[in-house]
Amino acid sequence: MTGAKHRVWKYGDNVNTDVIFPGKYTYTISLDPAELARHALEDLDPSFADCARAGDVIVAGRNWGNGSSREQAVSCLAAAGVHAVIAKSFARIYYRNAINNGLLVIACPQIIDHVESGDWISIDMEAAQIHLNGRAFPFSPLPEQVRRILEAGGIIAYLQQQSQV
Amino acid sequence: MTARAIEAALSAQTLTEKLLARASGRDRVAPGEIAIVEPDVVLSHDNTAAIAEIFERLPHKRVRYPQRLAITLDHAVPPPSAKHAQNHARVRDFAREQGVQNFFEVGRGICHQVLCEEGVIGPGMTLLGADSHSTHYGWLGAFSAGIGRSEVAALWATGELWLRVPETMRITLAGKLKTGVTTKDLTISLIGQLSSDGATYMAVEFDGDGVRDLSPDSRAVLTNMMAEMGAKNACIAPDEVTWQWLRETLRRTRPHAHVERLAMFRERALYPDPGAAYAAQHRIDLSDIEPMISYPHAVDNVRPLSEVASTRVDVGFIGTCTNGRLEDIAAAADALRGRRLRARLIVIPASSMVLREAAEAGYLADMIEAGATIGTPGCGPCMGVHMGVLAPGEVCISSANRNFRGRMGEPNAEIYLANPAVVAASCAAGRLIHPADLADGC
Repeated sequence: MTGAKHRVWKYGDNVNTDVIFPGKYTYTISLDPAELARHALEDLDPSFADCARAGDVIVAGRNWGNGSSREQAVSCLAAAGVHAVIAKSFARIYYRNAINNGLLVIACPQIIDHVESGDWISIDMEAAQIHLNGRAFPFSPLPEQVRRILEAGGIIAYLQQQSQV
Repeated sequence: MTARAIEAALSAQTLTEKLLARASGRDRVAPGEIAIVEPDVVLSHDNTAAIAEIFERLPHKRVRYPQRLAITLDHAVPPPSAKHAQNHARVRDFAREQGVQNFFEVGRGICHQVLCEEGVIGPGMTLLGADSHSTHYGWLGAFSAGIGRSEVAALWATGELWLRVPETMRITLAGKLKTGVTTKDLTISLIGQLSSDGATYMAVEFDGDGVRDLSPDSRAVLTNMMAEMGAKNACIAPDEVTWQWLRETLRRTRPHAHVERLAMFRERALYPDPGAAYAAQHRIDLSDIEPMISYPHAVDNVRPLSEVASTRVDVGFIGTCTNGRLEDIAAAADALRGRRLRARLIVIPASSMVLREAAEAGYLADMIEAGATIGTPGCGPCMGVHMGVLAPGEVCISSANRNFRGRMGEPNAEIYLANPAVVAASCAAGRLIHPADLADGC
């Protein structure tokens, strides 16, 4: 399925959780999505929170999400409408948090050198390819057990489903 | 090779593989596969109330194994605002309702220090924690890794979680550190060489003759800081230094049960097999390591201290799970004794036990005399919540583990990372400096 087109926000290497979602808010603001979305990428790109639209994707370099284990660094992006984060590589806790919160994360090392902010891409999950300007960039599909969690919408939704079976 | 030797080589496992095999109830696990793991300890801290909110969305009303939970209040202690106080109140309610015995109050200290001191975790055990520096416990020969809040909620409900078995990087240490050089310098140097994603998804295991001479406090720096190299976990096989520390510490924290606890750890301890397969191997001669600095705004933005002297310093911070132990405070007190500070210095012991020992040894008096101020054991200003957040344009030198932009609350401040004696000396001089270079009476 390659239908939906996604607008790209492009960022660099080593974007850490402190600039994705500042630590000073972790114990004072609620998990209300609108409030989380207001602080998304606050110390990296102050224009993001105002301008992001549902379905947008982030394309970044190496080691996206290094630093703290705070899950708001995932949920603030989901709340801002981000459909997927595509990066050369991910910090491991961020990668886990994304899957366990149902945010699509794709490790695709090649695309970053060919894309700019404002470009439009589509993602073919079945063929494990990203399409950009007529070119296809492959990525490794997730292991089955892990994909089931992502597809359920995260580990909590997955456990809710399991307990109903 | 004989058939037996071949079989031995094929079945040889790293310490991490052995720990994960045990935690998943299997004979062996292989790198790359997904293992379903049952951790012995599930850690959360001030974030417990937020995790409880997620837990409430699950049909499981009770925590499956409340005896496996460990909760500390440490990230914002004592509470700096009514909101923080309310958060702590919710955490206490949750611990009481669910019957969590391993609950540690405001002022007891930072989770990673307290759980070691209390013997909640030890050799051969497994911990998963909602904190990125959960790599810490590997210094005791345990498997421990950081996870997210939703995963902790799932663990509370089911007691198990998926983990990808990591490839293992082996770092063999030889020789001895020079005077005035610490394992903090070693980790900064290592992260500078291999970069902040140098061990992403990997286990890091330290071994070699160089480990033998490292004190317990300085070993914990190694495994703690590997989180800053992207590692999933980091560990050191237990040796006589580990056992002696456990013996002495448990006698104080578990006066009526220390013998049984130590016996349990001895029985559970695991060691890497000779001939295990490592995905990467590095060899470091400790005598080659120089005092190092992480420059703003990344831990892997590294330079030797000798190249950066004369940078202005407004404030220093000695503390955190990385460098807030007795050895760190002793080194800082040695650097400050008889001097007056030119920059402000905040000292926050990692635990109440460290605070008490530092007071008894006179280290705190030395530092207070020099002009430093002492805070409640806990994380302090490390993540910019309170107790020493920075003003725009200020320059901070810190013994913590992270110097990201905005980390200490203000995006236009600068944070340098160093070992505790360098932090103390730099506050005495008002500029980045090694203690050995301080002029008399400075």
